[in-house]
Amino acid sequence: GHPEIFPLVFTTKTQDIFDCRVLEDVTEENCFKLIKKEDIIQDLKTRAAISDFHPVKKVVLEYPGEELLVVFDAKFQYGQNFYLVASEEAKENLLKPPESNEEKKEEKGEEKEENGEATLEVHPYKPPVPKPWVSLGSEKEVEEESVKDTVAKIKYKISRVRRKFGAPITFTDRNASHVKNSYLECTSYQDKAFSIKMLEKNVGIQMVPKVREASTQTKWTYPKNAATQYFPRQLSTEEKEESLSSKQLKEFFTSVHLRMEVALQQNEIMNAFFDDWKALAEDESSSGGKPDVYLKAYQSFTDLLYLKDRTIGCVCWHPTIYGIIAVSARDRHYYEEQANLSDKSLLQQSVILFWSFFDPIHPKLMLECPEDIYCFQFSPSDPNIIAGGCINGQVVLWDISHHEEKLRNAKTDDDAMKMTAVHSVNASTLNVLQYSCMSGPSLTQVQDSSTESPLVRYCAVSSIQYSHKKPVTDIHWLPDYSEDNQTGATCENRPGVRTQLVTCSPDSSVLFWDIPATKLLEQPSSEKVREGEIFDIPLDVPATLHHLDLCWKPLIKINLCESDTNPEYSPVRISLRELHYHYKISEKVQSLNTLEVPVKESPCTEMSTPSSKTLKALQSISTSFFVGTEDGEIVYSDWKMEIDSDPAKPHTQKYTIHTETINTLQRSPFFKDIVLSIGGRNFALWKEGITTRPILQSSCSAGRYTAGQWSLTRPGVFFIGRDDGNIDIWDLLMKTYEPSHFQNISESTITFISPCIASPKQHLAVSDDLGVLHVLEICQTLSKASKNEHANLLDYFEREVKYLKYCEQEFQEHQEFQAKPEPK
Amino acid sequence: AEVEETLKRIQAHKGVIATMVINAEGIPIRTTLDNSTTVQYAGLLRQLTMKARSTVRDIDPQNDLTFLRIRSKKHEIMIAPDKEYLLIVIQNPCE
Repeated sequence: GHPEIFPLVFTTKTQDIFDCRVLEDVTEENCFKLIKKEDIIQDLKTRAAISDFHPVKKVVLEYPGEELLVVFDAKFQYGQNFYLVASEEAKENLLKPPESNEEKKEEKGEEKEENGEATLEVHPYKPPVPKPWVSLGSEKEVEEESVKDTVAKIKYKISRVRRKFGAPITFTDRNASHVKNSYLECTSYQDKAFSIKMLEKNVGIQMVPKVREASTQTKWTYPKNAATQYFPRQLSTEEKEESLSSKQLKEFFTSVHLRMEVALQQNEIMNAFFDDWKALAEDESSSGGKPDVYLKAYQSFTDLLYLKDRTIGCVCWHPTIYGIIAVSARDRHYYEEQANLSDKSLLQQSVILFWSFFDPIHPKLMLECPEDIYCFQFSPSDPNIIAGGCINGQVVLWDISHHEEKLRNAKTDDDAMKMTAVHSVNASTLNVLQYSCMSGPSLTQVQDSSTESPLVRYCAVSSIQYSHKKPVTDIHWLPDYSEDNQTGATCENRPGVRTQLVTCSPDSSVLFWDIPATKLLEQPSSEKVREGEIFDIPLDVPATLHHLDLCWKPLIKINLCESDTNPEYSPVRISLRELHYHYKISEKVQSLNTLEVPVKESPCTEMSTPSSKTLKALQSISTSFFVGTEDGEIVYSDWKMEIDSDPAKPHTQKYTIHTETINTLQRSPFFKDIVLSIGGRNFALWKEGITTRPILQSSCSAGRYTAGQWSLTRPGVFFIGRDDGNIDIWDLLMKTYEPSHFQNISESTITFISPCIASPKQHLAVSDDLGVLHVLEICQTLSKASKNEHANLLDYFEREVKYLKYCEQEFQEHQEFQAKPEPK
Repeated sequence: AEVEETLKRIQAHKGVIATMVINAEGIPIRTTLDNSTTVQYAGLLRQLTMKARSTVRDIDPQNDLTFLRIRSKKHEIMIAPDKEYLLIVIQNPCE
């Protein structure tokens, strides 16, 4: 509240005394009443405590002025109906300003009424009133900056002699520096003692817009016509004829042909670009120095289940798929314990195992065999057909076209392979049936679903009565350009499809088998048709050759016996010249020349007769062959039936060089007439045509030689396996009396060696008696042939032949000399 | 007939792989190879011959190309050019 305002209650009595009766003296409008101070004091004295002014007694007494203002508070603004204003100033304020305000308001109201419309109040314009200047210290700065003369300017007054006043004056210039000491200089120097760092410097800056002109040229691509020829222009035959017969062409030829012939002849005479220096270097590397020769072990495969207590009989690389190798197992002693075979075969299923490089533990594929397989071969024309010879004399065929995909993708699914435990023949068929339920006839399903190595049953077995009586020891596929048929003429076969086999066995017979090709080309989807007819053939075996099953008979049977004296030969290995042959039997071989030409199945005859009509018979053929027998004899003979042959000329040659069974008889892959035979404790190299002796015969070695193969890349190298687990590497160009290198591979006898050149690194597969297959890497010196090796070897052979001839001649002369009676 | 004889004689040389006669426009008239190979050889070799000829003549306008031999690793291509025709022989020089 206001400190000067004191609210009072005026009773009616008080009001009467001071003439401020409500609504009579004082009204709401006229609410001021001035009461003299003396009157209030009088009242206070008279009525003392009951006076209404009692509470403000002190204020009244102290009040400076004469009259006090009492205001009627109609609205009880301060709480009571009257209030006392205690100061002069406030009194004045209350009395005066409300009056002036009222006046002003009245004026304004009048103005407004005069104008009528309500507009913004426009304050009258008051020009700015200049105010006195207030110094903020800037005149000091101005004074500092202004330039004033600190020194009074020196004035020189120059005057001339009076008489020269007004005379013309000539001013000249004089260089002050020309005259010495004409001036004093105060040069500036850097005072080292004096250092003031300039912290601030006033610098004037002007901003100038930079304008620069520049220009550029763009590329304009313009359309241009272009043409393309998409097939070459050619002349029609008439035009060609015309130009050929034209005169200009004749002239052309007369002028040109001489030059051409000169050039051609130059090339024929000698090779102008032959680098003698380089050729010399190659020779050096092969003959001099001793390169490091070794066979590096790459992998070894063995199987505990199927190969337990068994030896590996034959090893074959898959001809097309890299990394797949097939191994056949058989019992260790096949002759001696043949009687006990019947017990064993029931216990253990004989299989051919397919190993892949990428999975050394689980075989990729297993081929079921009716009996132990002694030897087998992939068909060169169709690697899905495999022919094998059993120890009971039968020939077995498999078709693995269904699993070809799997073999090809051997790399991908090597983790998921698990072996099925197959312990008996019955179980195996059951298993196969079980497995075959998984795989449908389509090729693609096979590889995905199976996690076991599948067992593939053979699809054809030869008939028992017409097969060999003893184990089939050697089996070969015959070249594709020959075909024997009933008429006895050798004809060209359709190329690429090898359909004939030759097998030999110690029962002194050589059998030729024919596979009717029509069945080979048939789609396996027709297997369902045959299913009902043939019992217990599982579903997944293709129907190829089903008709042959158990009724397959050989085409030709040849008995090898020498005519008069000796008993029959028992061939163990056979090597045919890889050319055409006749199957006509020579007259010399007397006993049994009955050609057993069995009645063929009709498709076969259909096949054969058209071929004989359309293709011509081949005349220039070689029919000779080498046979290695069980007794270590090498027989060289041929089958050509010569009607007008000279009886004195021997057709059959027999050589007894080896003491034991021949285990290898192989032609060199480089020289068609060189044959390697290995048996017992030595080996021999034969050349066809040289009938007296082998061209090379090794001395007896300490151990027995049990296996051997020519190297596929170096003409003069071959590998021989021994019974102590060593491999001897013979290099004919280095040494011919001992192996150039030997290396131990396993502890037991080596049973088979097979080289492979499918990859840049050549591999050698060596199998041993314990059932382990070792795959070795052939080092480069052994695999890479030098340039002249072939030529050098040819030279070598020729030299040997000459030497033999010379020896013979010498011998003959010696004989003659001996026979001649001594001249007396 | 004479043409035939000459061609036969050329073909009978040792090591000759193929013989071709090409006209001025590069269209083969007579060949011992299959069509696609011949056409390829014709096109390429004709251009090369033109280039070689123009090179020779640029150096000396009085000169002209008489024979072109290209020796490669496997064989040698011999080209005898003329005003209107081209005789191409491919020979394998090494035995």
